[in-house]
Amino acid sequence: MESQTNIDISRRNFLKTSLLASGGMLIGFNFMAAYKPKAAMPTSIENLNFNNFNAYIKISDEGFVTIFSPNPEIGQGVKTSMPMIVAEELDVDWNKVTVVQAGLDTKNFKGQIAGGSQSIRSNWNVLRQTGATAKQLLINAAAQKWNVDASTCKASKGIISNAKGETLDYVDVVKLATTLPIPEKVTLKEIKDFHIIGKEIVNVDIDKIITGKPLFGLDFKTEGMLYAAVVRPPAFGQTLVSFDASEAKSISGVLDVFTIGEKARNFLSKGYVSWTAILSESDKIVVVATSTWAALKAKKTIKAQWKQATELESSAFHDKKLMSLLEGDTLKVVREDGNINDAFQQADTIIERTYHSPFLPHNCLEPMNFYANVTADKIELVGPTQTPEEVSKAVAVLLGRKVEEISVEMTRMGGGFGRRLYSDFALEAAEIGAKIQKPVKMVSAREDDMTTGVYKPSVKYQIKAAIKDGKISGYQLKEAAFNGNMYGAIAHFFPAGCIPNYKVATASVDSKITTGAWRAPYTNFLAFAEQSFFDELAAAIKIDPIQLRLDLLQKVKNTTDKKIQYSGERMENTIKLVREKSNWGKVSNGIYQGFAAYYSHNTHVAEVADIELKDGFPIIKKVTVAVDCGVVINLSGAKNQVEGGVIDGIGHAMFGDMSFENGKPTAKNFDVYRLIRMQETPKVEVHFLQNDLSPTGLGEPGLPPAGGAVANAIHAALGKRIYQQPFVKELKKSSVLG
Amino acid sequence: MPNYTLSINGKTQTVTADADTPLLWILRDELNLVGTKFGCGIAQCGACTVHIDGIATRSCQTQISYLEDVKITTIEGLSENGTHPVQEAWKEIDVPQCGYCQAGQIMTAAAFLAENKNPTEEEIREAMHGNICRCASYNRIEKAVKVASEKMS
Repeated sequence: MESQTNIDISRRNFLKTSLLASGGMLIGFNFMAAYKPKAAMPTSIENLNFNNFNAYIKISDEGFVTIFSPNPEIGQGVKTSMPMIVAEELDVDWNKVTVVQAGLDTKNFKGQIAGGSQSIRSNWNVLRQTGATAKQLLINAAAQKWNVDASTCKASKGIISNAKGETLDYVDVVKLATTLPIPEKVTLKEIKDFHIIGKEIVNVDIDKIITGKPLFGLDFKTEGMLYAAVVRPPAFGQTLVSFDASEAKSISGVLDVFTIGEKARNFLSKGYVSWTAILSESDKIVVVATSTWAALKAKKTIKAQWKQATELESSAFHDKKLMSLLEGDTLKVVREDGNINDAFQQADTIIERTYHSPFLPHNCLEPMNFYANVTADKIELVGPTQTPEEVSKAVAVLLGRKVEEISVEMTRMGGGFGRRLYSDFALEAAEIGAKIQKPVKMVSAREDDMTTGVYKPSVKYQIKAAIKDGKISGYQLKEAAFNGNMYGAIAHFFPAGCIPNYKVATASVDSKITTGAWRAPYTNFLAFAEQSFFDELAAAIKIDPIQLRLDLLQKVKNTTDKKIQYSGERMENTIKLVREKSNWGKVSNGIYQGFAAYYSHNTHVAEVADIELKDGFPIIKKVTVAVDCGVVINLSGAKNQVEGGVIDGIGHAMFGDMSFENGKPTAKNFDVYRLIRMQETPKVEVHFLQNDLSPTGLGEPGLPPAGGAVANAIHAALGKRIYQQPFVKELKKSSVLG
Repeated sequence: MPNYTLSINGKTQTVTADADTPLLWILRDELNLVGTKFGCGIAQCGACTVHIDGIATRSCQTQISYLEDVKITTIEGLSENGTHPVQEAWKEIDVPQCGYCQAGQIMTAAAFLAENKNPTEEEIREAMHGNICRCASYNRIEKAVKVASEKMS
């Protein structure tokens, strides 16, 4: 808890001020970094550069506050919530605040990433201190004007007052404030005094969104800009042999057809390690045209021949590979407590289950696209990327240019879900731009996105538990996955610390299918497997499933194990809140409930799904959610994230289905690939735990428990356990539904 | 390439394009009306929804050669300043997350409410079923359509 000063960075080095030539005060500061001692402040908004500072606050002569916010907006709400934190501590009226997406200088500043629900968590202190320091500076200026001690003055909502009851507006002292030294000691507000944080604040881009103003990468345009569509290998593992583009070239608007790939191969051969650059070894065919339609239409007419060096992968192959990993000897132990073998030997009952999930595409609604203008002296890149810093570094290597010559402008993103952490599309645009030396926008069609993208890897879990004298005495989890395994502290999540004999082991095998982070990586499916397994354990022990979790959590309280980050107390409180709000066990006949709880991305979440049967088919009516994410910044945005996360989790658990035949995804577009739609959605009721703890992320944590809660409710309704996603496919196979 | 004269948001516009060009790309690339979004290109997601003579229509599957005698309305022309009751409801409920699908959602809702001023919950859910929101802001879309219907009645 931090309600008072607790500075862990040198405040001297994180904030500077200047007087604007046009009037008003400019405060430059940095997220995640200190500025260089000699950094000069700009004195006009027109010349605002982001070389030395990556964020600015402007207080105008009229008292309006503009916050230039740097972090990428992919729909998780940070463009609204991060400035709210600054405005709260600066103590101004939110109605006078405007937020502008800041540009980016990637050579000086790091940390420009939206991912892992970390934006708020990692910037909370810096943002508060920035606002509080600026406020103190204005108070000091007023005190000097009044010739009183600053400690006798205070400020609230843009007005400074002294002990005599005199007041000055911020705008009355901005000029003087720019001449004063940056205060070194500031007091942060008490959480009870917040008047912006914790309120429902409407998304700062709302007016632009509802009137259709250009915001997204696909909306960005420059004079004379051309459009490019790219033909990539149709199957993972293939490379281009030859192609015929004669029909494409006859389509009006088509200017050129050529291949790219040499630079990408050269880039890969340099061994430059960049997780943003998922690139194919193959040549790709590029159509450049004067309109998007001409480029996309011409692309479809190209006849290409492809070859492969190794066998192309199919879903049956994937399934076999993962099974052999679970049974093989490549498993690596990532956590082990007690003696799991003894626990199994002494058990009264052993339960073992295997869970399977397919590869899944991200399906951001805005297809991948990027603008590149490559000229002799500079490279301009504009578009929807979650990792602009990585883009500029990778493009420098790709094109053999200096990072200083490259600018990356982030647009608002039409969804991310992890996909835009990998900026292969930006590198393609850069290679095309280098070839034609004209401004160009690379545009993917939906089919390109769905079939040549990045996927959540297919994963299997095998979980085995020992029950002795009505207690869980042993728990073993094996993970088999493609191209990587669970990371960070996941092996130390619940039930680590709750069960005396505990073991987690993982194994991975390479696949040609490009895989990557997908909203709540690994836990998005692990939570379903684990939480449905616990539902089975509760049934075997004949105990209420919620009570089983609460009993287990007692054992992790006061743990001294530093690897265990989740809190027994916080999880217990979260579970108790959802039990109360969902009327657990007290609902009327015909409603079947399922429970799941999960800690991920530093946030504790518990969910109860309510299901009714209609013609024997389960209809998810409602999901009650309890969340402990510490202090809630924007109540409206926070609820929106959780509502969306829960429905997204249910949608993919119920319908998400992507299989491969000979290296090719079997679904290409939304006619075959099913995303959740309105009539399939439950009402999501969100309750936040009230506390003063530092805020944690919300972009991901709502999703993982959703599948488990629904699977457990389906079991309550139909008596059927589900071990595979998508659930709908499993239910159709089942005789329960006929 | 032939010329086509179109009525878009109350203005007459002449464009030169191949007959099979979808309205979506005329709007976005030729007329700079980029509020209408490209999502799937096969009329499955609804991001490209516009009104043609008041009827919600997928512009990605509507060829320009069929549009000479109709009135086209896009999100930019739904109201002067974002004051259509559906837009106001979207703001009041703070619907969007990424925001990409929302113009299509708003156009679908506006056409639906013009026909059905006092819809039931089931009717709202059915009317909005064709529009995908990948962020799954469905609860708020449903609520905002209800609020808009109250504003309109």
